[in-house]
Amino acid sequence: MERPLRLVTANPLDQLARTLEALLVVASAPLPVEELAAAADDERERIELALGLLAERYHEGRSGIVLEAVAGGWAFRASREASEACGRLFERPVQRGLSQAALETLAIVAYLGPCTRPEIARIRGVAADSAVAGLVERGLITESGRDDGTGGAVRYRTTPMFERVFGLESLSQLPRLDDLPGDVDDLRERLHAVAEQRSA
Amino acid sequence: MIVRELELDLDAFEGPFDLLLTLVLKEEVDLADVDVAGIVVRFVERLAEREKLDLDACGEFLVLVAALLELKARGLFEDEAAELADLGPEEAAEELARRLAEYRRMKEAAGWLAERLAAEGDRFFRLGPAPLAPALERRLAPQDPEALANVVRLLAAEPPAVSLAHMALRFPPVAQFLERFRALLSRRSRFDFDTEIDGLSRAEQAIAFLALLELRRANQISISQAAPFAPIRVSRVEQESAAVNERTHAWNVRSA
Repeated sequence: MERPLRLVTANPLDQLARTLEALLVVASAPLPVEELAAAADDERERIELALGLLAERYHEGRSGIVLEAVAGGWAFRASREASEACGRLFERPVQRGLSQAALETLAIVAYLGPCTRPEIARIRGVAADSAVAGLVERGLITESGRDDGTGGAVRYRTTPMFERVFGLESLSQLPRLDDLPGDVDDLRERLHAVAEQRSA
Repeated sequence: MIVRELELDLDAFEGPFDLLLTLVLKEEVDLADVDVAGIVVRFVERLAEREKLDLDACGEFLVLVAALLELKARGLFEDEAAELADLGPEEAAEELARRLAEYRRMKEAAGWLAERLAAEGDRFFRLGPAPLAPALERRLAPQDPEALANVVRLLAAEPPAVSLAHMALRFPPVAQFLERFRALLSRRSRFDFDTEIDGLSRAEQAIAFLALLELRRANQISISQAAPFAPIRVSRVEQESAAVNERTHAWNVRSA
């Protein structure tokens, strides 16, 4: 039988790992290292070492439970090989897929958030009200204060839930906006070509 | 019914609808002054006069009024129009290209998210209410229970009784002043009332005055005052004249 931690003598790090394990199994949201450190009453460096031990043990293909760094913290989730069985019993966090409008709106909020509905509508060229409402309902985005100035439109940002569903450690894991194709020069040339055609 | 011939009677314009449209397009009538609701009401009135619903007329009217409203809305928010109108063709194309590029990037990002969701959508994890955050602990400096007890003791002490002395009016009996004035008059035939009561409290002065009136009523003194607020002079009434007065008084009572 495999003994994942294979530590014969009582090792304080082993003990710390067990404490973290317990904290993580009780938690219903990812726990940041600082929070774990405060709860376990230990140093940050040692927490990270112990998390490393745990991640080795709770690894895809090795355990039905997988420990992952997600949404700015650490959390357990079901392993992929168990997802089919899980799907029979539980609903996926985003059960029905997201519409194109919802995905675009989500992308805008993820990259530019906190941002308001008028800002989203300005980029997409159509009203974003129903897409925003749907994403709020799914818990992927949430209200985050109001715009300054008159009117004060509600601002939205993505939730930790969004990062969990998409398996992101943080928003910085999104591809850089500059790396995404959106070449102004190309578009400009095409616009000019159309304009010349019309004037001709 | 022909919509264009709809007769209008508005504050800003009077005449057929198509003339209004022409004038608006020639910018001879300011749309901001035109009451579009008035036009709608006039049309609905005309519509109600007819038994059959004229769908063609309704459709045409809707198109025209919608166009009118759009023109009016643009007229009312000129800043918005100026933002783009001020741009030259080059700048406008640039702005348009910039916006399109922005949107295209977001579209790409949405595509990335869709792929990611397809790949990661099978993630199952525990969901629940936010974990019970540890209650914010208010850290206080170490406290001495004795100090708290002392403070509470101070607060619990019986407050000093409030003095009501100023509320009690002490009236010396009138008799006291009667005695005093009679004694005075047995030594002297007259005295000055103001001098006698000088230094007494207001209440005592009032009582002294009552005593004076009492003596006057008994006809034992006569009172004179040179002028209002002048010193009151009190003099003894001689026993004889007092007796005369007594008789007169008795006679008066009897005859009454």
